[in-house]
Amino acid sequence: MSEPYVLETRNLIKEFKGFVAVNDVNLKIRQGDIHALIGPNGAGKTTVFNLLTKFLIPTRGQILYKGEDITSLKSPAIARKGIIRSFQISAVFPHMTALENIRVALQTAEGTSFSFWKSGHSLNKLNERSMELLESVGLAEYANTTTVELAYGRKRALELATTLAMEPQLLLLDEPTQGMGSEDVDRVVELVRKAAQGRTVLMVEHNLSVVSKLCDRITVLAQGAVLTEGDYQTVSADPQVREVYMGSDGSGERGVASAEDDNLEAAQ
Amino acid sequence: MNNSVNSTDIHKAIVAEQKAQDRKKMMVNGVLLLLLLAAPFVLYPVFLMKILCFALFAVAFNLLFGFTGLLSFGHAAFLATGGYTTGYLLSNYSGLTTELGIIAGTLAATVMGTAFALLSIRRQGIYFAMVTLALAQLVFFFYVQSDFTGGEDGMHGIPRGKLLGVLDLEDNMNMYYVVLAVFIGCYLLVQRIVSSPFGQVLKAIKQNEPRAVSLGYNVDRYKILAFVISAALAGLAGSMKSVVFQLASLNDAHWHMSGEVILMTLVGGMGTLLGPVVGATFVVNVEYQLAQGPLRDWVDPILGGIFVLTVLAFRSGIVGEIQKFMKKNLG
Repeated sequence: MSEPYVLETRNLIKEFKGFVAVNDVNLKIRQGDIHALIGPNGAGKTTVFNLLTKFLIPTRGQILYKGEDITSLKSPAIARKGIIRSFQISAVFPHMTALENIRVALQTAEGTSFSFWKSGHSLNKLNERSMELLESVGLAEYANTTTVELAYGRKRALELATTLAMEPQLLLLDEPTQGMGSEDVDRVVELVRKAAQGRTVLMVEHNLSVVSKLCDRITVLAQGAVLTEGDYQTVSADPQVREVYMGSDGSGERGVASAEDDNLEAAQ
Repeated sequence: MNNSVNSTDIHKAIVAEQKAQDRKKMMVNGVLLLLLLAAPFVLYPVFLMKILCFALFAVAFNLLFGFTGLLSFGHAAFLATGGYTTGYLLSNYSGLTTELGIIAGTLAATVMGTAFALLSIRRQGIYFAMVTLALAQLVFFFYVQSDFTGGEDGMHGIPRGKLLGVLDLEDNMNMYYVVLAVFIGCYLLVQRIVSSPFGQVLKAIKQNEPRAVSLGYNVDRYKILAFVISAALAGLAGSMKSVVFQLASLNDAHWHMSGEVILMTLVGGMGTLLGPVVGATFVVNVEYQLAQGPLRDWVDPILGGIFVLTVLAFRSGIVGEIQKFMKKNLG
């Protein structure tokens, strides 16, 4: 293959006033991988996501998508290239039904989005595909439910279905299991695994058990810079990683993830 | 997941519900139309026309505020620009028929709306409101200084003329039905826009703008189009108002007017179709009734009190609260 990397960053830097949030990051995301971006709070993971999707403008550096320089493109253009992101907090349209949420995504391909004179019923032809997508995440029976009334885990499932409606080639998931109880986490893991077929996924994830189950490759960020990269075994054995990520003695490998789970379960 | 629920059945139920809602909409529209057709036989037509003009103004404003989530604090500029343009043309070119004057006024407001939108659309929230207010103030001072507007005195004696050169608009009944036809047309247009594919995108932008961006929508362009349509309809309201009252004055350009349309929309129910109509009717009536009685010096404080009460206790406005009540009690 001429271009094994779907996404590549070269010396990516983001400076805020007197503070370097992302420092000289070189990422290489292989075609078809589920690639995780992990690191302690404030490591710059979400900032990297915002840079990749142009919600923030890089101070320096280059972003390449399939070998093409996309550093100067704006967010909507990035989305139309097939790079679709999700957000840390569930990104849905709260006062639309689940079906309408999906249709907003499907509508982008229709080319009628400026047609203010067209009847709303012209969108009904998207219903069949919308129902399929809802079914694929187990939400078919909630198609006509206003999204704000859905439970948190279902909102995230809906968000994933909406993202998939865009037929993304590269999926950027920002903490897909954040704020979920363990049952929901298992379901999301399955959903992501299914969604990743035929696609490339880059995900930020705190829950290490999710990472170990899902991800082919892991990049560890700390203080804005890449600490190390490799598969789960390599990364989790790295003493440097243990130090910054899990505390000094390394016994916290499960600790971080499970403590977080417990807290969240208690909160729910 | 409940596998016994078949997704085709769910879909059928959704489409059936859509149809039921369409029927309900049609019924409400029908009742409204009948009331408005009969109204001038009971009430003074000029007063009714005042209500219709302000109702159209509020409907236009609500398209932007209630359905797109953009609070413009400069909509008076469009109302006034429509009014002054139409007034000036009809006063000075006697060969011009009334509808051409109204169309010209609407176009002038559309052009101005485009300029406002391009200058303000990148700002968010309060900054957007402030930019539109500042621009509207510029327009206000331009009209104060200009000779053609008559400055503080206003533009008087605008001829109503004949519609298409045929229908005599000096007759209040004729005038009323023309205003009504324009109002109904615009109301149905906004109803259509809100449910159109474009309206769905506006809804999405209002509810979660970053998500709309991440789905590939160039949100600024959608906002600009919504702003321009809103400005055009506000201009049309101003044009008709100047023909009805044969008067265009600085009142329409004053920031006070931009505030009043916010009040009308909020009291009636923002983001509902009927809300601004009800709100405009309510506010115009309150102003009129108070002006007749001993409280005539207290109009502004009383409206202010109503505003505060709405924001604190009845956030959804009259129509919004009724809808909520019906949903709760009638399923």
